[in-house]
Amino acid sequence: MTILFYIFAALAVLGGLLMVSMRNPLSGAFSLILSLVSLAGLFAMLNAEFVFILQVLVYAGAIMVLIIFTIMLLNLNKDELEEAPVGALRLVFTALVCAVAAFGAIKVFGTVPAPEVQLSADFGSIEGVGRLMLSDFLYPFEVISLILLVAVVGVVLLAKKVI
Amino acid sequence: MGPVTINHYLYLSAILFFIGAFGVLFRRNLLVILMSIELMLNAVNLSFVAFARHAAGNMDGHVTAFFIMALAAAEAGIGLAILVMLFRNRTTVQADDLTLMRD
Repeated sequence: MTILFYIFAALAVLGGLLMVSMRNPLSGAFSLILSLVSLAGLFAMLNAEFVFILQVLVYAGAIMVLIIFTIMLLNLNKDELEEAPVGALRLVFTALVCAVAAFGAIKVFGTVPAPEVQLSADFGSIEGVGRLMLSDFLYPFEVISLILLVAVVGVVLLAKKVI
Repeated sequence: MGPVTINHYLYLSAILFFIGAFGVLFRRNLLVILMSIELMLNAVNLSFVAFARHAAGNMDGHVTAFFIMALAAAEAGIGLAILVMLFRNRTTVQADDLTLMRD
């Protein structure tokens, strides 16, 4: 199990690094899929069956298909992909800020205690999460459905209007 | 290599989050910025699920991860629709070219 964690973690970090460094957004999207699928593997290792399925279906499936379709339909040529040249100073500064922030977060996360927890038999199963979602989290669930409805209407309005 | 604890998952979550933050701050292509935001949301999801498994012992974190995924789907849809509209009007996907509100 330990070796699996390190494989998935390395693939997730590799996918993320490739995504931010690739010039072509399509290659970046495929790298992001690598990262998302590795994260799905980590969710499976954390006994989160429901989140694992959603990660593969919704994230690596639906959302990434949407992004890749948009990239392909925009059909950007070389000039449009050309980013303004960035100074070395900005690269170093941004990387430094992110590295320091990540280091700080890792320092804080190192102090999180790891108590032994007893897991119920249906921990992470579709049935268990579904039951919880429709009882304790019923109102947030309804609000999410409203947000999705608003998003759908907004997307249709934005995408068809010629301004 | 010892057993994997909650800390390992949180370290990975922090690293992925700040890779995404670096993408948002450094890249100028709006498509890549959107994808970096997706990576950041996923990193947060990972820490929610890790806390649910190793600290809380209940499934509240899973439900929260589900809500974050739904929000990410809405965000990706709206973001891409705005991007398509911008591309139609200005024929650019570079954030540096969109300075109408600044100039």
